[in-house]
Amino acid sequence: MSQTTDTDPHTTTPDTVWSEHVSLIDRIPRSVAMAGLFLAFLAIWQLAWSLQLVSPIILPSPGETARDIVFVGQNLFSGDYMLTALRVTVTEVIYSFALAILIGFSLGVLVGETVFGERAVMPYLVAIDTMPKIAFAPLFIAWLGFGIASKVALATFIATFPIIVGTAAGLHAADENARMLFRTMGASRLQTLMKMKLPTGLPHFFTGLKIASVGVMAGAITGEFLGGGKGFGELIRVAASQLDTPRVFSLIIYLSLLGLATFGSVVWIQRRFVFWQKTSAATDGMA
Amino acid sequence: MIATVSRLIPAGLDARPVYELRGVNKTFPRRGVHALDRIDLTLHEGGFASVIGASGCGKSTLLKIMAGLLPPSAGSVMLSGKAVIGPRRDIGMMFQQATLFPWRTTIENIVLPIEIRDGRGAARAKHDEARTLLDLVGLTGFGDVFPNELSGGMAQRAAICRMLITKPAVLLLDEPFSALDELTRDYMNMELQKICMAHNATTFLVTHSISEAVILSDVVYVMSPRPGRFIEAVDIDLPRPRTLDMITTPRFGALVDRIRGRLDRGAFL
Ligand SMILES: Nc1ncnc2c1ncn2[C@@H]1O[C@H](COP(=O)(O)OP(=O)(O)OP(=O)(O)O)[C@@H](O)[C@H]1O
Ligand SMILES: [Mg+2]
Repeated sequence: MSQTTDTDPHTTTPDTVWSEHVSLIDRIPRSVAMAGLFLAFLAIWQLAWSLQLVSPIILPSPGETARDIVFVGQNLFSGDYMLTALRVTVTEVIYSFALAILIGFSLGVLVGETVFGERAVMPYLVAIDTMPKIAFAPLFIAWLGFGIASKVALATFIATFPIIVGTAAGLHAADENARMLFRTMGASRLQTLMKMKLPTGLPHFFTGLKIASVGVMAGAITGEFLGGGKGFGELIRVAASQLDTPRVFSLIIYLSLLGLATFGSVVWIQRRFVFWQKTSAATDGMA
Repeated sequence: MIATVSRLIPAGLDARPVYELRGVNKTFPRRGVHALDRIDLTLHEGGFASVIGASGCGKSTLLKIMAGLLPPSAGSVMLSGKAVIGPRRDIGMMFQQATLFPWRTTIENIVLPIEIRDGRGAARAKHDEARTLLDLVGLTGFGDVFPNELSGGMAQRAAICRMLITKPAVLLLDEPFSALDELTRDYMNMELQKICMAHNATTFLVTHSISEAVILSDVVYVMSPRPGRFIEAVDIDLPRPRTLDMITTPRFGALVDRIRGRLDRGAFL
């Protein structure tokens, strides 16, 4: 009789039940995990400061930095000189991003769609792309002066290449079946480009845009560091030269908010335009 | 050899010839591949022909030449009395992949050939016709769904609609259902037969499956390994309409055996 209870389906032995094991860390909600990590970071920072591990000139206290963040925020919202500087930088970013998209897309189509572009233009683009583009900054300043133009030029220069690569890669993304299908339908080259190759390539194009959105910020700020002007980069440079480290920190934080906004808007537009592409939040962030 | 060549023209068909291939040869000089060797083929109106052969023997190449996607190295291809020298409106094609575009709804995918040929307005005017086709293949109500919500078999059925929307006189099918599971495939083959009979379409099917070729065709061409050449044309004298029950009949088995016997050993490994 004892054997019947062994084979009874309701008293399954533990090793016949295979349940998914979810570790404790996986169960923590993402927001809680992120907040926890941030608090840990603050604690270490505070500790390092309290123990005077580094000179306070190099590393301000978290409290000091927070106070300065609030101060800079007030200055920005009351429309004071910092907002003027932010406007300059935002203008540069918008101009350069628009220019980079225009130039990058055009060159990308040239390189990705024509034999001439692929054979003759691409090698030059690859050669220029391997150069450290920041090194061109003094040249742009010499050519275009200390105004906004030299910053826009540098930022555009940096941001154009990922867009070229993304566009060209996108145009090559269509598979043989799709190409053959369009040929059987008697599609013209323009139709094939507009109705098949470009839509197929949109995810690649947006990957290029995301990389470019980071590059455009880097380009604008570098341009401001090296070529003066009235932008946010100049504020950072001045604060740093005065050893006002809390100010440098808080300015960088506002700057990264600007960067996040740029990147985020690209992701948002991608979600609307490439609605058929299933992306998780994680891969979105990975560009 | 002479005996087999004379067998290449199926007897008992007095319908009008639609496709006429004469001495079609194809070499790919760059890779030194001799893909097709002296292919002669006549397809009669409303007929269903299949070609079967080992992988790489040149079946897809033949189909591409017939579709005007690839020029032959030698020989001529005539369709309805006119030489095929490029893609033609009266040809409908289907491949192993459905290739529906994910940014278009199913119905927009189906009217795509019309949009390419006659513009957006003409394509929109065909929506009703497209829905009728969807009903025909059992996809009623799926017109406004995006393709990533369709299963493989459903996508392939939508591809059939896309092929039929232009009312092509001939259908060229390159292993259209080989990516589907066997049950779906049998079902789709019966659908295909219905469609071909209803439209009186002239059909040429490339397949790897002997039983698929036998159940669907009036004549099955057996192709030799590279260079591809027809080594036999087997008339399939099963009555129409064909049903899946016929697969178990002795006649069906005999035809399958005959075709298998003509294919080189190891060709399907
Ligand atoms: N564009 C091309 N350039 C060079 N060689 C080619 C080209 N297309 C096909 N071939 C060669 O021609 C031969 C026949 O190819 P094909 O695709 O017609 O074979 P297939 O019978 O359709 O094979 P499968 O059953 O695997 O689809 C192969 O050896 C292939 O390598
Ligand atoms: Mg093939």
